[in-house]
Amino acid sequence: MEFATMMELLGSGLVFTVQIFVITLVGSLPLGVLVAFGRMSRFKPIALITRFYISVMRGTPLMLQLMALAFGPYYLFGLQMGNDWKYWACSIGFIINYAAYFGEIYRGGIQSIPQGQYEAAAVLGYSRAQTFMKIILPQVIKRILPAMSNEIITLVKDTSLAFVLGVMEMFSQSKAIASSQASLLPYVLAGAIYWVFNFIVEIILTRIEKKLNYYHD
Amino acid sequence: MTDQSLVLLEHAKKSFGDTPVLKDLSLSVHKGEVVAVIGPSGGGKSTLLRCCTLLETLDAGRLAFGDLLVCEDGPDGRAVYGSKAVQKQAKERFGLVFQNFNLFPHYTVLKNITDAPLHVQKRPKDEVMTHARALLDKMGLAGKENMVPCELSGGQQQRVAIARALALNPDVLFFDEPTSALDPELTQDVLKVIRDLAAEHMTMVIVTHEMNFARDVADHIVFMDGGIIVEEGPAADLINNPKHERTRAFLSKYEQD
Repeated sequence: MEFATMMELLGSGLVFTVQIFVITLVGSLPLGVLVAFGRMSRFKPIALITRFYISVMRGTPLMLQLMALAFGPYYLFGLQMGNDWKYWACSIGFIINYAAYFGEIYRGGIQSIPQGQYEAAAVLGYSRAQTFMKIILPQVIKRILPAMSNEIITLVKDTSLAFVLGVMEMFSQSKAIASSQASLLPYVLAGAIYWVFNFIVEIILTRIEKKLNYYHD
Repeated sequence: MTDQSLVLLEHAKKSFGDTPVLKDLSLSVHKGEVVAVIGPSGGGKSTLLRCCTLLETLDAGRLAFGDLLVCEDGPDGRAVYGSKAVQKQAKERFGLVFQNFNLFPHYTVLKNITDAPLHVQKRPKDEVMTHARALLDKMGLAGKENMVPCELSGGQQQRVAIARALALNPDVLFFDEPTSALDPELTQDVLKVIRDLAAEHMTMVIVTHEMNFARDVADHIVFMDGGIIVEEGPAADLINNPKHERTRAFLSKYEQD
């Protein structure tokens, strides 16, 4: 196989990899806020359910969760899910898994903001929503950015787990080429592309961090 | 009525768990009056201020800002608070300056001062900006508009906090130990600003450990201990001729320093 053909195949896999990455972030970044609030809820049942959900998401392999979502409907309930289901299962699996991690990071960030900030906002007449959106959240974002960067970089690599569902992302592609060509080169190339991907992610995150560096508390 | 109370607290009671912190305490602050609240730590001074500024709710008692009733005892003898709208209105009538400033660290000095007038009171931008700049001028902070709090000294931060409270045009300003977190040389700048406000007849309630300042600036001093007002009276009288044994003991400790 020519090098160019190999890169083309890996490139078509990269499209799926980027899609999983983007869909997961778009879904789990906001869902994590709900998770954080659920976890901090004063209504006990909600707090307990959220804790259980977080515990399962963090305590079992993501690969297993993806498989349960993709194949569970058929093996447990005999449901025929159609050909597209694996993409849905993949998106849902990644989103709810990452939302659990993000939720815990958000919670840590929210709870690290001093009580005095809430009190100052209350005395100035800010509503609860205004207090959270204008005063608390911007400070939380700055504080959690390093932890979030870690998770986001891990996500780039975790997208490769979609191979268990037969989603032809970059890792599945490299595996397929490697076995047909009896060569390790596709793995090396895929590894290099993951690294470049993450290098770009790092540059973007560092920029955001620098931008928020105009103050410290 | 010229003698109307701007702040009227009657028979206030507050406990944390089984520990009573305010025991049937009443306080009235008249327009233009400066009231200093002094007393040992744990005597209930901060709780008094927090109840007046709605950061804590009273267990029982009555609180009013001028003609605006915030809470009064219900039939069961427990304090019943007015609606959210009433509480919001009340918050426009007072300002609070915290011991540790509690400025918003991610906002510039100017935004710290203008954000609430713009987005809570929804006043016109031109007027708010002009007002804010005038306040900064008065606080000796002209030219610092675009700095963030961490670039300022403690004394400057506290003056921003005072400007932020004044920007909402409150009737009365509460201070919770405004200089306790400051180095001695920075304390004077903040005290001077408060003195200037007193000269303009701004109504103020100041919890403080600065006895000389209290005597010089306050019209009226309240000595609190054990959740009650032990003694109160005109500033010079109370400091120079305390009648109560506990007041004397407390003041003598300060004279030794």
